[in-house]
Amino acid sequence: MRLTQLMRPAFALAAAAVVAVGFGVPPAKAAPKKGGVMTFVVPDEPPSWDGHRETTFALIHPFAPFYSLLIKVNPENPSSPTDFVCDLCTEMPKPADGGKTYTFKLRQGVKFHDGTPLTAHDVVASFKKIISPPKGVTSARVAYFVMVDSVSAPDNHTVVFKLKYPSGAFIPALATPYNFIYSKAKLDADIRWYEKNVMGSGPFKFVAREAGAFVKGERNKDFYVKDRPYLDGFEAIFSSKQALRVQAIRGDRAAIEFRGFPPKSRDDLVKALGKDITVQESPWNCVLLFTPNSKKKPFDDVRVRRALTLAVDRWGGSKHLSQIAIVKPVGGVSYPDHPLAPKKAELEQIAGFWPDINKSRAEAKRLLKEAGQENLKFTLINRAIDQPYTIVGTWLIDQWRQIGVTVDQKMDPTGPFYAKLRSSDFDVTMDFNCQSVINPLLDIGKFLSADKGNESYGGYTDRTLDKMFDDMNRTGDEAEQKKLMLAFEKRVLDEQAHSFVTLWWNRIIPHRSYVKGWKVSPSHYLNQDLANVWLDK
Amino acid sequence: MYQYTLKRMLLMIPTLLGAGILVFILMRLIPGDICVLRMAGGSGYVDPKAIANCHAELGLDRSPVMQFLDFIWGFARFDFGNSMWTGRPIVEEISLRFELSLQIAIMATLTAILLAIPLGTISAVKQNTWIDYLVRGFSIAGIAMPSFWLGILIILGLLITTKSVFGTPWMPPIKYVPIWVDPLYNLSMTIFPALATGYRYSAVATRMTRSALLEVLREDYVRTARAKGLVQQVIIRRHALKNALLPVVTIIGIEFAFLMGGLVVTEQVFNLNGLGKLFVASVSNHDYAMTQALVMLVVAIFIFTNFVVDIVYAWLDPRIRYK
Repeated sequence: MRLTQLMRPAFALAAAAVVAVGFGVPPAKAAPKKGGVMTFVVPDEPPSWDGHRETTFALIHPFAPFYSLLIKVNPENPSSPTDFVCDLCTEMPKPADGGKTYTFKLRQGVKFHDGTPLTAHDVVASFKKIISPPKGVTSARVAYFVMVDSVSAPDNHTVVFKLKYPSGAFIPALATPYNFIYSKAKLDADIRWYEKNVMGSGPFKFVAREAGAFVKGERNKDFYVKDRPYLDGFEAIFSSKQALRVQAIRGDRAAIEFRGFPPKSRDDLVKALGKDITVQESPWNCVLLFTPNSKKKPFDDVRVRRALTLAVDRWGGSKHLSQIAIVKPVGGVSYPDHPLAPKKAELEQIAGFWPDINKSRAEAKRLLKEAGQENLKFTLINRAIDQPYTIVGTWLIDQWRQIGVTVDQKMDPTGPFYAKLRSSDFDVTMDFNCQSVINPLLDIGKFLSADKGNESYGGYTDRTLDKMFDDMNRTGDEAEQKKLMLAFEKRVLDEQAHSFVTLWWNRIIPHRSYVKGWKVSPSHYLNQDLANVWLDK
Repeated sequence: MYQYTLKRMLLMIPTLLGAGILVFILMRLIPGDICVLRMAGGSGYVDPKAIANCHAELGLDRSPVMQFLDFIWGFARFDFGNSMWTGRPIVEEISLRFELSLQIAIMATLTAILLAIPLGTISAVKQNTWIDYLVRGFSIAGIAMPSFWLGILIILGLLITTKSVFGTPWMPPIKYVPIWVDPLYNLSMTIFPALATGYRYSAVATRMTRSALLEVLREDYVRTARAKGLVQQVIIRRHALKNALLPVVTIIGIEFAFLMGGLVVTEQVFNLNGLGKLFVASVSNHDYAMTQALVMLVVAIFIFTNFVVDIVYAWLDPRIRYK
């Protein structure tokens, strides 16, 4: 993470880029100023307004400021994958009952925007809707809470979660930014009320929304955190074209876009605006994968699959691709900066991450020859999205060319792309895993056997892998989790070569320098309630 | 004339029905599923039961025949239902955007008419002079330049120019405000897309005006008028231009209808929340209900515009009579 005041353009782009990515010194802390309306651009628009139902970041950016959460990622330290703090609760609880009971005490005097008090019953009703929605109601995060046995409110200010087994995945799942706390009264009257209406207890109150155009919020004067929020309001403007979003920041029609821009846009803005632009960067909890179809010949042969990953120079790719695409960190299946992720030395033992790429490619050629696939040809299907899909797809083709493999790339719009994945109509596909709160114990569910129903498209069944996942999620012992995670990484990426990581994404947020108090996090879903944001104008 | 009008209106029914069948089938031929897109778009885990539940909620678990009959019956009652993507009434979603698209279409058409008719006339009258070459170059550039690209150039030009002149870069607003709320703000947003689109539109119309006028100017009745001693201005304005405008009116009519739903990229370039953007979003989201309603709306606009063009024909050329 870097928070960087950039130099005047006279020092040229190169100097600015160095400062931005390497030697940034955070500016001295100034006293926050109250007032002002911040305008930001959002690349997409959510289908409904119900956080429990939707999965898109487009819901978080304009709607998260209206809601409270039980706990959240620490806004002062959002880059930490393990730093969680209370939002509605008063203190992070210590697990009891051998790690199976969590008791949260709630703040007193919290009110919804309509003036009604927020109690533990509202929290329970919200989590029941998320964990076990009634028939006909969709919740996108049921699977996050498989470990939860019950949630109850013994009194108005206490919430108790009882787990079926101790799990390290529970607290991160609880901090998921979509877990908006809704009013029980509203849910009782109409459980789908929140799909088309807004009424929370967050730092901002809903003012207006125009379909396809904007969402507007104003300061919640009764917000439970003293002196927050600083802003009088915000305006989220939907804008689907990236070029326009960049120009909107340049022309000061918007102060920031929270998803992220490619390196070229960052450089253009730095060149055009100099000290008026600040760049924050962070590794991103999103990763591009490529997955062979194990049901299809010759990809049913582990030697062929292994050859494909051995051909890819991730260390070199990180260096060069990061200059043109939103990818950079090298890592395995778990988020690279997480304590459970393999260290560099451990990673270098896994196929595809060997430090000597020539040795790796020689092994790839040997495996292909052994499998009788020296002249392998196949089609890579990819999403027709420039950043970073097309760029990384094209790079992969070149990597495979170097072991004598010929690949055609077929780009599909999102709909047809997923249709092909679900019907296993592909040789090798690009895929991605993008999550909000860094929770490797659940995030790696993507790599389980196909029949586990978790968007694993390789078509393989691997019960050993599934058992490792279950064991990891059922132990509270971090050393055991780490050991199992390393074994899981080796099995997915190397021994069975089911699916492969290319590079992790790199989040680049250039914003107007007058925007203060917002810190970049490793996910575009996190730290978006805007309570701490202020404008230095 | 009444009979003709009635006949034209009745003919709308099979045309709309045909368009309805076509869009219904085509939308379902596109691979993909709105529920998968909505719930698994972020590649997160989604319970297959949730997807089945979503299908039932949207009525996608019923047979295609039932879905089609529902759509046609709803359309016959002007009840388009709700958007499958947002769950909001389609009429509400479209009417929000219709106002902006109509304003841009009118402004672009006015720009085109104001540019095309004088330039096309001058070009024809001054055939093969430097003025003619200049106008032809101007119009060919307009045809060659996509309006969205011109739009990008306009925005970049404004940013660079204002920064160097005033020290602060300026670009058109990216949030629409109706013209009656704040006319200046509204025009500062809409004038540039109208110019970018109007220029391309005018280029086609300029060339059409020029060639039609050249043809008319060679007619016997124009020679007779000249022989009678009428001044050139009167010949052009009163006798030649009116006849030459028939094909120009056709072009203007078609382009106007196109602008109502076809400004897909230009709308994105200027962040205009118009029908074109909604069209693209609804197709890529597999929102069958919204796409079907939009196609029917655009077909209706085309039919209506053609009808108006026919009426204008009769006004321009009294020899044309509809029976």
